[in-house]
This record gives sequence, C-alpha cells and structure tokens, in this order.
Amino acid sequence: MMRIRIAYAKTHPLRYTSNLDMQKIWERTLRRASLPIAYSQGFHPQPRLVQACPLPLGFTSQAEIIDLWLESDLSIAEVQTALQRSLPPGITLKTVEAVDLRSPSLTNQVLAAVYVAELPAHVHDETLAERIQLLLAAQTLPRQRRGKHYDLRPLVLDICLIQSNNNHPLRLQMTLVARPSATGRPEEVLDALEIDPFSSRIERIRLLLEEHNVHQKPEHPL
Amino acid sequence: MLPTPADIQSRLERLLLRVQKPGRYVGGELNQVVKEWDNVQTRLALVFPDIYDIGLPNLGLAALYELLNQRSDVLAERAYAPWVDMETLLRENDIPLYSLETFHPLAAFDIIGISLPYETLYTNALNILDLSGIPLFSHQRTENHPLIIAGGHAAFNPEPMSDFIDAFVIGEGEEVIHEIVNCYQTWKRNKQPRAVLLKNLAHIWGVYVPVLYEPQYRQDGTLASINPLFDDVPKTVTKRIVACLPPAPTHLIVPSIDIVHNRIPIEIMRGCTRGCRFCHAGMVNRPIRERSVEEIVNIIQTALQNTGFEEIALLSLSSSDYAHIDELVEVLGKNFADRNLKVSLPSLRIDTFSVHLMEKLRTARSGNFTLAPEAATERMRNIINKPISSQLLIDTAREIYARKWPTLKLYFMIGHPHETLEDVHAIAELCKTVMAEGRKAAGRRVALHVSVSTFVPKPHTPFQWVACDSIEQIDAKIALLQRELKNSGIKLSWTDPKKTLLEAWLSRGDRRLGQVIFTAWKLGAKFDAWQDQSTLEFWETAFKQSGLDPDFYTYRPRDEKELFPWDHIHTGVNKSFLLAEYRRSLRGELLADCRETCTACGISATFAGLRRTSPNTDWRCP
Repeated sequence: MMRIRIAYAKTHPLRYTSNLDMQKIWERTLRRASLPIAYSQGFHPQPRLVQACPLPLGFTSQAEIIDLWLESDLSIAEVQTALQRSLPPGITLKTVEAVDLRSPSLTNQVLAAVYVAELPAHVHDETLAERIQLLLAAQTLPRQRRGKHYDLRPLVLDICLIQSNNNHPLRLQMTLVARPSATGRPEEVLDALEIDPFSSRIERIRLLLEEHNVHQKPEHPL
Repeated sequence: MLPTPADIQSRLERLLLRVQKPGRYVGGELNQVVKEWDNVQTRLALVFPDIYDIGLPNLGLAALYELLNQRSDVLAERAYAPWVDMETLLRENDIPLYSLETFHPLAAFDIIGISLPYETLYTNALNILDLSGIPLFSHQRTENHPLIIAGGHAAFNPEPMSDFIDAFVIGEGEEVIHEIVNCYQTWKRNKQPRAVLLKNLAHIWGVYVPVLYEPQYRQDGTLASINPLFDDVPKTVTKRIVACLPPAPTHLIVPSIDIVHNRIPIEIMRGCTRGCRFCHAGMVNRPIRERSVEEIVNIIQTALQNTGFEEIALLSLSSSDYAHIDELVEVLGKNFADRNLKVSLPSLRIDTFSVHLMEKLRTARSGNFTLAPEAATERMRNIINKPISSQLLIDTAREIYARKWPTLKLYFMIGHPHETLEDVHAIAELCKTVMAEGRKAAGRRVALHVSVSTFVPKPHTPFQWVACDSIEQIDAKIALLQRELKNSGIKLSWTDPKKTLLEAWLSRGDRRLGQVIFTAWKLGAKFDAWQDQSTLEFWETAFKQSGLDPDFYTYRPRDEKELFPWDHIHTGVNKSFLLAEYRRSLRGELLADCRETCTACGISATFAGLRRTSPNTDWRCP
C-alpha cells in the first residue's frame, strides 16, 4: 500500500465538473493508467482518494491537491508517467509525491485558499479599493447564505487588488479561510464588495496547508 | 448571419453558472473528436433530442460518431436538447443551439442526423430545429439549410414526422450513413437544386424520402394508398441491415459529469428469435447476428483502456440466447469482474441457468437481479407468445434470493390484448408468492420491486391490428395492483398511463399527425418522455385544432385488410406472417422460438441476396 499526493491544475473543460464527479474522473484516470487504486472495504467499495478542499462549480484552479492510495508500492516516476499518459483534458499535473501512510488527513491540513477573480470591465479601481478597505476594517460582516446566517469577516484573511496595465480587466486576490468546519467563499466576498460574481472569472491559485506559513493568522480562532 | 463559435462561447460564459449541471453544455470530454472545421468536405451534427445525460450513452450515435470521424473528409460533432432552464437563457440571449465540439451553430452544418428511438422525442426534435433557427418544415428549407435526416426505432413508422424530416434511415445506420454522405458530397459538387438531392437519396437502399410519396385517405379516415410521385422512386422501402456486425465503438466519450449510464456498452448480439408478439424490437431487428467471444473481449479490453469506465454492459434483446453466453461469462468473470468493475447482463431468460450466469459476473458492485415475466397467467402468456411457467419464475426467484441477491426486480406489462382483471390479479398473486419464497430462502430483509408498464400496440408487430386498452381500464388495473400489494412489502411502480397514451397516438399515426405534433409543440409540448412534464393538454388541444380524433389512432381495432401508414416500409418480416401470428394469438396458440425451426417470417427470403454475397452470415436462420 502506498499513499501519493498529487498537485494539479483544473481548468477548462473541467470547470463545470463538481467535486463528486472529480472522484469519478480520478478513478477512471487510474484505471486507464493501470494503476492499482485501493478500494474501501464494505458493501459499496469506493476508490480511496481524498480531495484537499472542495472547489466551487465554475471556478478553475492552479492548486488542487488529492491524496490517493495504491494497492502496491511503485516508484513515483512510474506513477507519474502512467498518470501523464492517462489524464483527461482539463487536468495538468504539477507534482506527484509519496506521503507517509500515517500522516494526518489531507482535508484537515488545509488552512486557507487564495483566489484571484477577474472582474467585469465596468468595475473601477478607486471605488473598489475603498470598499475593500471598509470590508477589511469591519469587525463583523453578517451575511446569509442558503437561509443560514453567518459572519463572513473572520473567514477573510486578506484582500488586495492586483495592479495591471490598462488593457486588462481588474483582478482581485483573496485569501480565505478553508477549513472543513469553516470556509470562505470568494463569490460571497465579491457580493459583499458589490461585484456580480456571475460576471467574474475566479481561479484558485494556492492552497495553504499546515506545514506552510500562513502570512496572516485569523483574528478569531475558528 | 450566424454567430461565430467565439461569439457563442463568450455569450455562454455569463450564463452557464445560472443553470443546473452546466457541464452538459461545454463538451471537451475525454475522447471527443475535434477536427479543423475548414479542412473537411462535409460536416455532420449528430443529435439526440433529449438532455445530455440521456443522450450521451446512446450506443447508436456513439457508433456513427466513431465511424464518421474515421473519415478524413468528414467531421461529426454532437448536440443534445438543452434542459428548460438553459433553453430559456439561450432564447433570451439569442444563442442558437451549438455543437459541443467546436461551438458551431447547428445551422452551419451540412447534415443534421437526429436519433428517434421513441415517439415521445418528436416535439424535442422540432424544438431543436427551432433553437437552431432552421425552418421546421422540410418544404420550407432551401439549399442553404442543412439536410435533416433521422433514424432509430421510431423511424420504422416515419409518417408522423414526415413533414419535418428530409430523409429517414430505415434500419441499421452503420453502412448507409456513408452512402448518404457520399450522395450529399456529389450533389454539393454539382451545385444542383435540393429536389435533386432528395431524389438521389431515395435511391439508396434503406432511405425513405417522405416528400416523394403521397398518401390518399378514404372517407372513414383510413389510408387508401401511399404511392411514390415518380416512377423511379421505389414503391416500398426495405430496411437497411448489415450482413455482419461492424466493429463496435471503443473510443467512447467519457463524460465529465454524472449521467444515466456511466459504462461501456457492448452489443453482443443483434436481433431476437423469441417472437414475443408485443415486442417491436424483436420484430424489426431480425435476423440474429452475433459477435464472437474473442471480439467481445477485445472490444472491452480496448474500450477499458480508452475510457476507464467502471461498468461494462453486455447488450442484446435476449442475453441468454447468445450462442456462447456460458463461455463469454466465464471469460469476462475471470478477466474483468474482480477489478472493482461491474459487468451487467440485462435481458436474461427466466431460469436458474441465468442465476448461474450472473453469479460468475458477480462483484462487490453488482446491483439487482432483473427479470421480465410480462404476464402472470398461462392464458395471457400464450396470447403474447412468452411462455414461462409461474413455477419456473418462482424457482428462479428462490435461487436468486438464496444466493443472497438482495433485490429482485420484476417487469410486468398490463393492457395486453384480451387481458382481464383476473390476469392482473394473478400478477399480484405471483409477486406475493415470489416474496414469500424469498423470505423463506433468505429472511425478512429481501426486497422485491415490481415495475408495471402499459402495453402499446406497435407497428410491424402481430399486435398492430389491436386497440389499446382504455385509460379507465388501465387505471382500474393499476388500482387493483396497488390494493393487492398494499402492506405486502413489495415496492410497486408504474408508468403514467397518460404518457402511454401519447406514445400510442404517435406510434401508429399517419402523416396527418404532423400537424398535431407541430401544434402541440407550438403550444409548449416538449420533454414528453419526462414524467414531470405534463404535456397531455397540449396534445389534446392540438388534436382538436387539427380536426383529428385521437381515439381513431388508439381505441380502434384495425380491419385485417386495412392498409397501414407504414405498410410501404418493409422490415423484411411479411405482413402475412404478422397477420398469421395475430390470428394465432386470438386462438391462444404459441409459436416456437425460430432458432430451431424456421417460422418463415420473411427475413430469410428478403435478405437472401445480401446473404449470398456476404461471408460469415451465420444468422441462425435456415
């Protein structure tokens, strides 16, 4: 048995493929690659793979991570070559590494995610900068999502505008808490900034795991 | 001016997150074929007129897609019906229906091929043409519009859709599609009028061009004649068949979202010799053609490498009748069924041999065991020519439960000709006996699901002469089953008899129904196959507005001498054989499986020439 960690980019045409469907995509990729994926025990055996942090539908990502278990020990080079051959359009492999079988669950290692949103053409620099300042200065940001009340503020670690030349649309970078128990959603932040999330293109560019340094600690413990 | 693919894509960008399952509308799946648009001579769009989830797994279109894309002078792309949420957005934003491969509007293609496996897709087919900005009626289209062709099981009675389709493929498409493309290419090179193309197409074996035929009706509304308008157009169109099964598709498209069937479908055998009298597929798909075990195993191996699917489905009308089924199951069980793969084997005969077969394919992922007794009394079984004794069913069920299959699913049909309430009552009794046997064999936790559908008399079958059972009768029969099975622990499900009504009007309809279909669509009918889309009112209004009586098509027993709207379409099975079979059913006489002794249905004689000139035609026909 071996556990491997794969970092990959998820882009068009998998932009509209859900997290649940990504499990199937990986299972089929491994079957095409003839890699011996391990299955769970029980009445309905499922392939043993864990995604770091769910990616909302419609987002692309440069920073997806999954852990998966193989029945037999292979060299990482072997695994990488077999995967490379078998990937579907929309997945680009970044790194493949072996992980200690006993290391903690991938999901629990995730602390935060960094997103970049490409904003609609009509959004202006100055007014937006002001709104960002206001948002970050606020103590609480009470919001409602699917009928549930929650506070968005502690989930926002950082927001900044990315400078670009005049011909390009404005881009916004957000660092949001991403823990199994509490996750900041970029479209909620955009909405709080009065930007139509449907007209923005959002990409996840980084996931911050426990070993990495989080450059800003959440103000309230979660 | 049609929008460009880039226009379409940029307009879609803002819309996709507003619909359910946007993954249906973006293509880009593994194994899709994208060719350079300008580098081919002829471009085809293959359309399944229901949503992506249902259309993508269709094996017929998958086969044509692969065959056509193997040609360097042709490209084939796909389109499906958008669900209502997406349709609204497409219309609001002036986005025509587009192909998933390259986002070209359908109107930019040379040929649009529509699959029509069942009648309840007709309004969707119209809707797709409308969403593409293509005139609905064949006579409204010009040289600048795509050629609209259709095929599939429903096309064996092409008349109801004749106003909208330029040419129908009657029968099997794998060879004739190339001849249609070649014919189109020649016509285009010669820059001839559209009428010339249609006439040239009519000369291809298996192609029916309805505009070249004219029906005449009698005072009583029945058909007097349907004759070609020109001497050189064939009076009857004989279905197209292939002498032996062509290579099966192995580069199947792997969807990036969950759909109804996520599997490798492999047709192990085409045709059926059982001769169940209600069965359209059993009559129109003759003769039997089989693949060898070796070929099937190779196909599966290649397809698994190409797709990685988690399930393999062995398809045929009657799996147990496949000549080498034991060997096949042995090999598949050994090679595939242990790798967390599911191998499904539907359409099994009711006997303990089937249980033995399924055992060999059993894996952790295996689901239910399904059998289709269709009827529960001997009298009824003799009428429909599906003789299985109740005892055999009970024995088989006991074996299934004893071997720890948790759920047995039984399919029955109600509304058979001359069926009484006693026959239906017997269904409930039989199910209760099965349940009791199951509990005896494996305890209280066994499950029995009973699924009941309503019989619809189909063209080209021995029951093409009979009237449908009335809605009141069907309702009474369903109520009886509900009452009898209440608190029995048996799960009962049934199809809405109103949905069946629509199928009954359309399946034996004539050309005049074109107006009804058009009006129903105009009024808002679409997705008629969906239980949650109630469209019956639209249809009733459409009949009224067209001055036609729906009962004429459903509740009228046909005279033995009546000329049917599909009589100029020849399936190879003779009308005289069907009539003799109908008469035998009235007398409650069985007809044996024709694998042993030929029953002279007409197939062998119709295709004698093809058989003589083709090698390897072991059709299980004398």
